[in-house]
Amino acid sequence: MDFFYIHLLNAFLSAATLFLIAGGLSLIYGVMRIVNLAHGNLYAFGAYVTAWTLGRLLAGASTPILYLALPAGAVGAALLGAVLEPTLLRPFYKRAEEYQLLVTFGLLMILGDTMHFLWGPYPLSASALWENSGSVMIAGNPYPVYNLIVIAIGGVAAVFLWAFVYKTRFGVVLRATSQNMRMASALGVNVNRVYVLAFTLGCFMAGLGGAIIAPSQSAVLDMGVDALVLSFIVVVIGGLGSLEGALVGALIVGLVREAGIAWFPEIELAVLYLMAAIVLLARPAGLFGRAS
Amino acid sequence: MLLGYGLVMAIAALGFNLLLGYTGLLSFGHSAFFGVGAYAVAMMVKYLKVGSMELFLLGAIAASAFTAALFGVVCVRYTRIFFGILTLALSQVLWSLAFKFFWVTGGTDGLRVPTPTLLGVMTGRGDKMDFIAHYYYYYILAAFFACVALMWVIVNSPFGKALQSIRDNEIRAEFVGVQVRRHRWVAFVVSGLFTGVAGALWVPLNGLITPENLHWTFSGKIVFMTVLGGFRAFPGPIVGAVLYTYLEAYAVGNTVYWQFVLGTVLVVLVLSLPTGVVGTAARLVERWRGREA
Repeated sequence: MDFFYIHLLNAFLSAATLFLIAGGLSLIYGVMRIVNLAHGNLYAFGAYVTAWTLGRLLAGASTPILYLALPAGAVGAALLGAVLEPTLLRPFYKRAEEYQLLVTFGLLMILGDTMHFLWGPYPLSASALWENSGSVMIAGNPYPVYNLIVIAIGGVAAVFLWAFVYKTRFGVVLRATSQNMRMASALGVNVNRVYVLAFTLGCFMAGLGGAIIAPSQSAVLDMGVDALVLSFIVVVIGGLGSLEGALVGALIVGLVREAGIAWFPEIELAVLYLMAAIVLLARPAGLFGRAS
Repeated sequence: MLLGYGLVMAIAALGFNLLLGYTGLLSFGHSAFFGVGAYAVAMMVKYLKVGSMELFLLGAIAASAFTAALFGVVCVRYTRIFFGILTLALSQVLWSLAFKFFWVTGGTDGLRVPTPTLLGVMTGRGDKMDFIAHYYYYYILAAFFACVALMWVIVNSPFGKALQSIRDNEIRAEFVGVQVRRHRWVAFVVSGLFTGVAGALWVPLNGLITPENLHWTFSGKIVFMTVLGGFRAFPGPIVGAVLYTYLEAYAVGNTVYWQFVLGTVLVVLVLSLPTGVVGTAARLVERWRGREA
């Protein structure tokens, strides 16, 4: 029973990462109606940038500096997103949805090999930060402090995002554009700018998700593809386009996965997909989604 | 031999396009049916000790039809994005099962399949390359023509026309009396069946089946092939599949960054040639003919 708290914390850990990725995916869909299949690779890009920054660029630096440099991955992913949106995605807003899926799939392949090209086929690790943060005793078992910090970052990000979307003026513009793009445009909103910013924000979140787990799990090729499917499960459960949905979905997926790993390792993944299918059958728009 | 792979994937793409080009549903989960067909063959070898290609095909048809029927019931309630995501998720369920239950499916090592008997005749004694290059190639060719003929009949039948009407305007089709969901489900099962047959044909070519063939990125390849050839035309997926097979072989053989090459091809394709190779060729022919007149 002592392990219960460890499992709970691990669940929160994966939920934190999943929330960031799925939240970004959901945000991009909510505002732009684009399902970004390459989102997983933006997460991976964030992980690689952070791993490279912490592992190569700043190797041997002191722990506080490494912590400050942690969001490097998020910034990198955001910049990448800001470049990609006007060039690759904008031509597709007027076209059928199928084409967006195709172009983001192509983007996924391109990004995957770009990372391969930039950082080689081997995992890139930056474990200094994770190791040096020490561990703390929880219910009689040691638990890495770094994981607790990651959970905290996830929580802070959730609060920050909520505040951003619901309490700031830009958040109002964002929500207006997502609800009715033409009306917002008619009222004077520069939709193109909103789209770029929304996409950049979504990429920032994905990159942050990658950045925070880079020290504990190293950046590997293909981590993006695996993460993408999980984040799809999260948005299916929580509802596409909803941040609260992404949070709840991430918590559910994190908890179920951890329970699965602890007790039924064989069907751990299958249970998740089945859960997604059940949610889709019962509430097609997801728990918090809109019926659009 | 590359052409053999191309023809097999052409059958898969043909089945896939029934859903995309004619019913308007983009599925990212066709790897499920391909993999089910292929694994059915492998299981038949492993557990039933069967070696006949005909029985393989029967088994694959049964397995993929069952899977498609099951998945179809869930998936055809949705369209567009959710349909795509749901098919992706369901094919990933199968992938994860194949991956985890390694004592049944051989896990990432996969299952080997020896050369089967064709039409009851034990061919290519010992020499696998000989078998593939000659007897099996003609077998695939025959199966390919059969599938093309069958699909042509399906697409031009009243059923096929109904599918196209659903694709063009779902609400109006419903008002005219077409049972939308039922039609979609049947199309889904037929599509899965074709892809399952392709999977079964693919296994003896490859000799080995792994969970990779169930992963959604493999579905993505099928989508890529169909789009490359053009999903609005009947021969589109065929051309696309064969072209893609050669393209991939060329890319893989020449650079370690072949994914980048293929990804760029896809992006350029979608940006400038949405109708694919066949569609663009048709347009050029039209323009040439127009200039003559």
